[in-house]
Amino acid sequence: MDGISLLTITVLAVFVGFEVVSKVSSTLHTPLMSGANAIHGIILVGAIIVAGQATHPWVLAVALLAVVLATANLVGGFVVTDRMLEMFRGRKPGKPAPPGVTRGKTKESTEAKR
Amino acid sequence: MTLLDPNVTALLYLAAAVFFILALKGLNSPRTARRGNLIGAFGALVAVVTVFFSTRLDNVPLILGAIAVGSGVAAPVARRVKMTQMPQLVALFNGVGGGAAALVALLELPHAEDAWVRVAVVFTLLVGAVSFAGSAVTFAKLQELMTTRPVVFPGLPVLMGAVLLAAVGAAAAVVLGGSLVLALLLLLLGLAAGVLLVLPVGGADVPIVISLLNAFTGLAVAASGLVLGNVLLVVAGTLVGASGTILTRAMAAAMGRSVAGILFGAFRGGSTAGSTAVSDRPVRSSSPEDVAVLLGYAQRVIIVPGYGLAVAQGQHTAAELAQALESRGTRVDFAIHPVAGRMPGHMNVLLAEANVPYESLKEMGEINSEFRTADVALVVGANDVVNPAAKTTAGSPIYGMPILEVADARQVVFLKRSMRPGFAGIENDLMFEPQTTLLFGDAKESLTKVLGAVKAL
Repeated sequence: MDGISLLTITVLAVFVGFEVVSKVSSTLHTPLMSGANAIHGIILVGAIIVAGQATHPWVLAVALLAVVLATANLVGGFVVTDRMLEMFRGRKPGKPAPPGVTRGKTKESTEAKR
Repeated sequence: MTLLDPNVTALLYLAAAVFFILALKGLNSPRTARRGNLIGAFGALVAVVTVFFSTRLDNVPLILGAIAVGSGVAAPVARRVKMTQMPQLVALFNGVGGGAAALVALLELPHAEDAWVRVAVVFTLLVGAVSFAGSAVTFAKLQELMTTRPVVFPGLPVLMGAVLLAAVGAAAAVVLGGSLVLALLLLLLGLAAGVLLVLPVGGADVPIVISLLNAFTGLAVAASGLVLGNVLLVVAGTLVGASGTILTRAMAAAMGRSVAGILFGAFRGGSTAGSTAVSDRPVRSSSPEDVAVLLGYAQRVIIVPGYGLAVAQGQHTAAELAQALESRGTRVDFAIHPVAGRMPGHMNVLLAEANVPYESLKEMGEINSEFRTADVALVVGANDVVNPAAKTTAGSPIYGMPILEVADARQVVFLKRSMRPGFAGIENDLMFEPQTTLLFGDAKESLTKVLGAVKAL
């Protein structure tokens, strides 16, 4: 692909990147950072290409190291983000309270306020 | 094996790029976040499978073995990591990604015939190395393998300047001549610059630096895409670079900070350095039994958790204390400041782990008007997020940061390890107010003692 097309794509991607996270609440800052972190693990594709075209043993060794590191970034990144987001399950709006955690006192104080 | 048609390959890469955009979009809202992350993972899977069927590759068994090793190490670690250790794990994954980008660029240098491709090579080398080394230092800081306070020494700015100048020189030489030895030197200079960049950053600001380095790695990956002529790497890397930059600014803004102030504040001896000075103004300290009486006979208690609770792993004890108080008829809520702890949302995940029901976790906007009706505000290991200086003292490092209005409660109880100021390094005047009581000690131990005393009431 020629330089101008790549530049076009890069500039457009910058704007998409800006837009896509412009209004995120602070509670989700960390998962979002972690998710973006996982996405750049896609450098794995580059590492695979380099390793697959390596002819010299040293080049192959370094490329395989890059594959290991990139895979750790990619796989670990998505797994740890999922772990974080697991914790947000209970925070879906409108979900009824799980049984056993309703509070007697909460109801009374609501009544007292009336 | 016949390879995929280049057009089909391009379409599959386009699909992967769209999945990545949808993933970031999904991560914007708690409702769609988990699905968004899975969409991203699916996009990555599509891309990795595509590369195997679209490029003539040797050494496939070895590559598959390397992928197995990488996943075999990373997935279980990511599965088992403790909540409090997630930020440093993200830093670690970010660092190895940057390292991988730098290695890819290094290996592609001999094939880079155009000067502009070599520009992309040196950019990837330098930024990838900065990200790798910087992330390693943030990991060490968050894991408390080294001090969490800013490390500054005389001559640091000069040294940093010298390293950057040498890096620019080496980069120019590599672009012009393509020397592999100089490229290795550039890699080492990048590592040094990464260390020097993060050393002066203090504890509470470290997550923001992780986010910045995350954006750096994104840019390095985008540049490596230019080197390899791979559009997917360009798009994905640029997306992360751009969104990471916005996210870094948003995170800094939530803490009332500027990114430049975080990176260079300590250089100038400015705000992030803070102070470790211990004030000798009188405070009222008390015993666990006294605190238990205060809590046990209150109608309404609001607990304000902070990093001290996370460090002491006291979340389960805090949840038990809340339960014990509720069984006595006290209403207990947890007030969650968005940046309490060491990563935004830290307290939400910490208390969710201790099975505190989500109705009791109140966001700042929701709870702030309710402190007025609270008998006791129990501040556990938090400091800066309740410091009135954020409202009253212009020029204070945290000035302008929204805080939890604990001062409105009838009584304020601080559980603190010592009188040392918080991460921002500034004294909290609230601790000297007449309605404030302090209980010194490790958060978990203090909570355990208070819990025992409440049960004995």
